[in-house]
Formats: sequence, structure tokens, C-alpha cells
Amino acid sequence: MIAESGHYALVLALALALIQSVVPLVGARLNDAALMNVARSAALAQLLFVGASFTALVMLHVTSDFSVANVYENSHSMKPLIYKITGVWGNHEGSMLLWVSILALFGGMVAAFGNNLPLSLRAHVLAVQAWIASAFYLFILVTSNPFLRILNPPIEGRDLNPVLQDIGLAVHPPMLYLGYVGFSISFSFAVAALMEGRIDAAWARWVRPWTLVAWIFLTLGIAMGSYWAYYELGWGGWWFWDPVENASLMPWLAGTALLHSALVMEKRNALKVWTILLSILTFSLSLLGTFLVRSGVITSVHAFATDPTRGVFILLILCLFIGGSLSLFAGRATALKQGGLFAPISREGALVLNNLLLTVACAVVLFGTLYPLAMEVLADFKMSVGAPFYNLTFAPLFALLLLAVPFGPLLAWKRGDLLGVTQRLLAAGVAGLIAVAIVWGWAHGGSTLAPLAIGLGIFVIAGAVTDLVERTGLVRLPFATVLQRARGLPRSAWGTAFAHAGLGVALIGIVCETTWNSEYVATMKQNDVAHVAGYELKLDGLFQRQGPNFREMIAEFNVSRNGEPVSVMTPSKRSFTTRGSSTTEAALLTRGASQLYVSLGDVTNEGAIAVRIYHKPLVLLIWWGPVLMAFGGMLSLSDRRLRVGAPKPARAKQRLQPAE
Amino acid sequence: MTLWFVFALMTVAAIFAVLWPLGRGSGGSDDVAGSQAGEVAVYKDQLAEVERDLAAARIAAPEADAARVEIGRRLLAAAADSDVPAAKTSVTWRRAAAVLALLGLPLVAIGVYMPLGSPLLRDFPLAQRERGANMTQSLENLVVQVEQHLEKNPADGRGWSVLAPVLERLGRFDEAVRAYRNALTYNGESAERRSDLGEAISAAASGVVTAEAKAEFERAHALNADDPKANYFLGLAAEQDGRKDDAAAIWRALLAKAPADAPWRHLVQTSLVRVGGGTMPALSDETIAASKDMNEGDRNAMVRGMVERLASRLKQNGGDVDGWLRLVRAYLVMGERDKAMGASTDARQAVANDAERLRQLNEGLKTLGLDG
Repeated sequence: MIAESGHYALVLALALALIQSVVPLVGARLNDAALMNVARSAALAQLLFVGASFTALVMLHVTSDFSVANVYENSHSMKPLIYKITGVWGNHEGSMLLWVSILALFGGMVAAFGNNLPLSLRAHVLAVQAWIASAFYLFILVTSNPFLRILNPPIEGRDLNPVLQDIGLAVHPPMLYLGYVGFSISFSFAVAALMEGRIDAAWARWVRPWTLVAWIFLTLGIAMGSYWAYYELGWGGWWFWDPVENASLMPWLAGTALLHSALVMEKRNALKVWTILLSILTFSLSLLGTFLVRSGVITSVHAFATDPTRGVFILLILCLFIGGSLSLFAGRATALKQGGLFAPISREGALVLNNLLLTVACAVVLFGTLYPLAMEVLADFKMSVGAPFYNLTFAPLFALLLLAVPFGPLLAWKRGDLLGVTQRLLAAGVAGLIAVAIVWGWAHGGSTLAPLAIGLGIFVIAGAVTDLVERTGLVRLPFATVLQRARGLPRSAWGTAFAHAGLGVALIGIVCETTWNSEYVATMKQNDVAHVAGYELKLDGLFQRQGPNFREMIAEFNVSRNGEPVSVMTPSKRSFTTRGSSTTEAALLTRGASQLYVSLGDVTNEGAIAVRIYHKPLVLLIWWGPVLMAFGGMLSLSDRRLRVGAPKPARAKQRLQPAE
Repeated sequence: MTLWFVFALMTVAAIFAVLWPLGRGSGGSDDVAGSQAGEVAVYKDQLAEVERDLAAARIAAPEADAARVEIGRRLLAAAADSDVPAAKTSVTWRRAAAVLALLGLPLVAIGVYMPLGSPLLRDFPLAQRERGANMTQSLENLVVQVEQHLEKNPADGRGWSVLAPVLERLGRFDEAVRAYRNALTYNGESAERRSDLGEAISAAASGVVTAEAKAEFERAHALNADDPKANYFLGLAAEQDGRKDDAAAIWRALLAKAPADAPWRHLVQTSLVRVGGGTMPALSDETIAASKDMNEGDRNAMVRGMVERLASRLKQNGGDVDGWLRLVRAYLVMGERDKAMGASTDARQAVANDAERLRQLNEGLKTLGLDG
């Protein structure tokens, strides 16, 4: 009954989405309020039914109802409860259901909180959302139905892929989907604006917060996925330029560009057409990611079952939405009203530069992802595009971008003063150069570029601090005034500073980890001692343990430094009988922002074990950076003031530094 | 019945969600006018905001002035081209939408659901599954316990001999191979253990007698030339190598020495028929003798009657793999391929819960040329 009700609820959601994709448009054409309002109640009802459907699937997994094929194939009665729940989206069908649930959630939120939107804009937006939703409901029901039943239910399930039996699965996919799907809102707004043939102030006010929400979740989702790969796969790597990682990075780059151009649009009423195009591109890249993961064109940890019909279906959806929206853009963009003008040296100019660099970087990643695939299909020639390619192309672009980041927030709207800004950034520049000198003198080995990159990171952080210092008047004004001004500072300014500083933090982490990471690979016997980066690790012995649905071999290491005991590390290897596969559980010891990383290989016949030990200096900064960025995003999101970016009057500049 | 009631309730709720705004009539027309002026409203809000900021000393007076000018400029531009079209009420279209909701929605829902769903199948949460489930559950628990015991006492040969066949029955062939190897190491050589190991190796290779497995059978054969399992599998190896005559010779010799009540006799006979080296005693001699005197029609009728009896017996007792294979073969001989396919599907369902029998069945069906 639960299974069939969940199934039927999904079908009803499809029926509602079909109505929602037509009726409001008719209403908007006829200017009939009642017909347009159908969009709102239909979107809310859709959310209700998809939510019920998703809840039903979760309940089926929790009760281990193996009469449902999806549960049988991906669950096991002995699995701990948390993995029974996360296993719902640890497979293709269930994750698609999560995808549409989040889509319905966003649609429902627009319906519920969109009271201040013009009625016809809301009707258009929700209708476009319903097109996307209908396509994906159909996709799920026809090719990847999670509610299909087995006539004679087997007694035990086939268990979830052991690599996925980790807390990371509870966090990474939902966050990533909130990001991917969140961009559908700005897409729908863009298509709605094109269909209506006008973009008004309400449009800009609405798009930015939605983009920001999606961007925050995508940032956290990517960072979480990277950290998960780092500790679960046992290689100590955190980014592989794998096509699927690129598939999430591309919407992030485009989304970051969108975030900044939406800012220009909200504050200055400029860059309208470009913002529309970016909205379309960002969501298109999200869809492309979905296609890459689910069509079986690539093989990776993320690649779900390789069923050609699914690939063809998603390709159709992809062509329909990307092609359709781009042709609509080509046809209607010229009809849109152009916004205000600005000088090249200005906040707007800086944001245009940001957009330029980000989109080129995104194009580079797109090329690096699709070129090998195209070669394989067309020329039957296998190749891989990896770190060397991106170091040569992506890295310089990003270095340029980071160099420009501190200048942006300091420039005034409409017309800025580059020389003045450079003077104010002098302190930050000096801090960066000092960092270069210190690192150069202190570090041994590694790339000569590393100290420069660290200096760049420090410059970005110091630049963000400079911005805050300038705005609050720290140093120049009495402390009480500074405090008052700091309190009066819009939270979005704090958000900008945090997000930009996060970039610098992540850069320092990346450079330190890749340049000064030390590695020790050996076969160790009991009581052997490994020396890595000043730590001594003594193998105390190997133990066996029985987990709920796996057996585990644990190695115990006593870690000491200069004879002082530090901690005990217990990496392990788990073997899962049902799937007949095993996973390595690396042990991590955090010291400050650095980590010691131990993972196990195979046991040799003599009872010795292959061990990989890494010392990764400042590695945690790689993920603290994105967390800082997301925090900045949240601060900015909480700042719901209306925004208007007025140019600073020329006279006022000499008298007082305004807070905003 | 409850299920259909729930479906009906859900459908009504969905229809209501569409009808509700339609039924609110023209009350929404104020909304339209209000929100068409949305752009102007945004700018007015922004002006008020600037005043608030100025009052709270968050911005300086000159900046507030600049902002006011900027907003004022946009406000004028927005007010100039906001010609709000009058809201209309189009009764025809509202009726059409209502009909779409009342008829279209249930039709789409039923039309999509019926071919995909299984409304007659109830839920089977594990907690409500009958004893059969618990028994397998406890069997696996026992296996885990024995495995834990053997981890501490890996030299316990008896433990390995107990564990190995259980693992094999559970379909965990690779582990069964390991267990049989350990049993051999700690219990010593014997023809039986060697051929058990060989059987597990070929089971792990989905029934193919690999070179590794064959080596085990040959060792078993060297230890005891009469070991039936070794002989049977050596024959199978010969058949898989394409040496059908050798296979037939080996099996014939095996049958000649076999005791009359050996449980594996039938299997060897079937195999022999497969390589074309024997006849299938499906009917007893007397029946065949009786049928000789009949004309064609009568004989067909008799065969049909026997097949039907077999079919009805299997309907009640579905666990008999040989019976199923006989039935499928009979249908094939009678040229009724559809019925044969149907019977093999029924057979698979009947033994689906028993991995070993399912494997036997699948192997048998494969030799009959009914794959998958």
C-alpha cells in the first residue's frame, strides 16, 4: 500500500505538472488572474505529492520491503538505519526522485513566498518550472521507476555499494542537488522574462537571492564531495578533474559569474541580457552534469547504471531545454530594454572582468571534459585530460581572477579610481610580498611558483580585510565610532569579504597540500616504525572485527613525535560479503589545519600489510575556504535590504568615507 | 479496497488544487492591478529604505541624495511605460481549465499508473515476512558465528568442512572455494574433498569446468577412480571442450558402476542424452510397449495426458527441478514452444527462493536451448 500510494502520488504530480505548464500561460495571455493563480496551487500540490512519494520510498527502504525492486537492489536488512535512509538516493532511481523533489520544493517556495512578484511573471516562472518537472517525471516513470515491484520478493537485498555506506552520502548529494536544481529557478525566471519580453526591477530582486541559495549549496556540496573522496577512496587525493567533478564545477563557475552579474543588475540595472544568458547557461550546465552522470557515457564512482535508453531520454531533455531556451534567447534578447551605462574602470567594469574570466575558465573546463569524450566517440581514440592540461589553462586564468578580486569591492560604482584603490591596497600587496619572501626563505623544494601562489592567497585575504578596514574606518577613527560603523555595515559587505577571503584560504591550502605533501608507501609488519614528516608511526598489530553488514580488519598505529605519544590511529579495510567488495577506511589525524593520513593496502602472505601514509600540511584549508565562502553567501542572503548602487558624488569623497 | 480509496482521495485533492483558484472568481483582479505596478512599488520601497538608512545614520546625506536621484530616475522611467492592461475574466477558458482538471487529470493519472503499477501487490516489509525469512536470516547468522570462530581457530578443519557447503548453498562460491581449500589443508587429502573443491571452483565460474577445477577432479580421480562426482565433472569438462564422445564414454562407465538407487543417476542420464549417447527413460517400458499398439492419435492423447498430470502435480509441488525440466522438454518435443517458455518461467518463480535449485534449473534449461 505504501509502495503503490507512493507510485500513484508521483503519477499525480506528473498530471499536475502538465496542467501547471499550460493553464497559467493561457491565463497570462488572457490576463486572467484565476487561470494564472492555478500555477500557485498546482505547484504547492505538486510539492505535496512528490514529497509524499519520496517519503514513501524512504519508508520502503527503512522497512526493507524487498518487493520493491529498487529496495532489493540497493538495500540490505542488516544495514544501519542511517544508510537505509541515505541509500534511498544512493542509486539512480532514488536520486532522480530526490532531484524532482527538490525541484518541486523550489517551485513550491516560489509559489508560497512569491506574493510580491507580478502575477504574470509568477505564472510564467512556475509554468517553466512545470515544463522541467514534467520532463523529469516522465523520465523517472518511463525509464527509471523506483516503485517497480517484484512478484516474489527475495528474502535479502543486494546491499548498497560499500563506498557509499558513509555519512558523506547523507550530505553530499542533497546539497549538490539543492545547488543544481536551485539554478532552475534563475533559468525559469530568465525564460519567463524572455517570454514576457521585459525584465523589471522585481525580476532582479528575485533572481539574486535564489541564485545565492543555489550557489551556497553547490559550494558546500562540491567541498563536501571533495572531502568525502579524500577520506573514503584511500588515495589522499581531493580533486581528480574527473568528468563528473567537472560537471559540478562548471555550474559553479557559471553560477558564480551569474551571482556577480545579478548584483550589477540589481544595483545598477545593467548587464540585463548577459544575466539572462548566464542564467540559461548555468542551468544548462547543471543538466549537462545530470546527463554525464546518468547516461553511461563516462565511467566513474558517480556513474550510475549504464542504460542507453536513459541516456537517449536525458539527451532529448537536454536538447529540448538548452536548445529551446537558447533559440528563445536569440529571438527575443534584442527586444529587452538595455540598462545603464558605466565606465570601464568601475565596480561594474570589475564585475564584467570577473564574469569574463569565470566564463572563460568554465569554457576551458567544458572543453577538457567533452573533448576526450568526443574523441572517443568520433575517432575511437582514448585519451584523458588531467591535471597538466588544467594547470596550464585553468590555473593562470584563476590566478588573474584572484589578482583582480581585491580591487572589485573597493572600486566605486559607475566610475572608479584605479589609482586610489591601488594605493589603498598597498598594505595588502606588501603583506603578500612578505609572505612570498618568508615562504621562499623557509621552504625547501617544491615548485618555484608555490611561494608566489601563497603570496597571492595572502593578498586576497588581506584585500578582503582592507575592504572591511576601509569601510569601518579602523585605524583612522576612534574605536567606538568604528564599532558603530561595523554594526551599521550591511551584512552583504561582510559576506563579500568572507567569501573573497575564503578564496585566498582555499588557494593557500591547495598550494601547500600539492607542494609540500610527504608520502610514505611501504609494507609493514608488526612493530615496524614509519617516519613521516617528523612523526613516528608504529604498527601495533592487526585486528579483526565484525560490523553490522561487513567484516573489518583494523590496523592500529601508535603515533608519536620526538618520543612524545600523540595519538592512536586505526585505519581499516572493510569487506562486504553481499556485494563481494571491500572499502578502505583511512584514518585521519588532524593537527591544526594539517593532517596525517593512513590507509591500508593488501595483506601479504607473510602477514605484513601494505600501508600508505601521507602528511598533508594545511590540507584542511582547502575545505575551510569553501565553507567560509558559503558563510559569506549566507550573510549576504540574510541581508534582505533593497539594494541600489548609487555612484559616489565626486565632492563627498574627500570629506567622509561613506559606509556604503 | 483501501488502496483504491486512498487513490481516489489523492486524486480528489489534486483536482481540488486546480479548481480552487478557478472558483475564487474575479476576486483576484485587484491582485493583477496591484502587481502589474510591481516595478513602481519596488522603487518606492527603495526610496523608503534610503530614508530609513539615512535616519539610522547608515549612509551619509550626500550618498542618500545620489541614491534618491538614481531611484527617482528609474521610477519615472518605470511609471512612464507601465500601461497596466485591464484584468479580464474569461469564463470559457476557466471552464476549459476546470474540465481539464476534472477529466484530464484522472485520465492521465490512471493511464500512466495502470501499465506501470502493481495495485494488487501488497507491501512486504521485512518485519511482517513469515518464518521462512527468519530461517535464512538465522542461517546467515550461524554462518557469521562459524566464520568468527574460524577466525580465532583457523586450523579447525571440521569447522571448514561444515562451513564450505553452506557457503556454496548461499551462493557465496568464492568463499566456499577458500573454505574447501582450508578443509583440505587441515583435514588431509581425500577424493571427496578434492572433487567438492572442484565443484565449488566451477560453480564460481558459473558452471564452467575451468582448468583449475579440472585439475582438482583429476587429482580426486587419481585418489579414487570411482568417485562419482569427479567422474561426472570430468565428463562435463570433456563435453565443454567439445569432446562429446569422451564425455559419453565417461558417463556410460559411471552409470555402469552406479548403484541403482544413486540420487545422481538421473542427472548423469540426462547429461548422456544431451551429448547424444543414450535414451531418456521418461516412460517406463510397459507404457512404451502399450503405446506401440496405439495409432498416432491415441498415442498423442496418452502423451498429452501424462504431460498434463505432470503439470498439475508441479503446480502443487513446485520444488521438483527434474520434474520441471521433464515438463519443459515434453512441451518442446510436442512442438509447443510457447508452453515450454511459460513452464520455464513458472519453474523459475517456483524455485526462486532456493539458489541451488535455481542454478540447477537454469543449467538444465540452458541445455534444452531455452536461455534466460
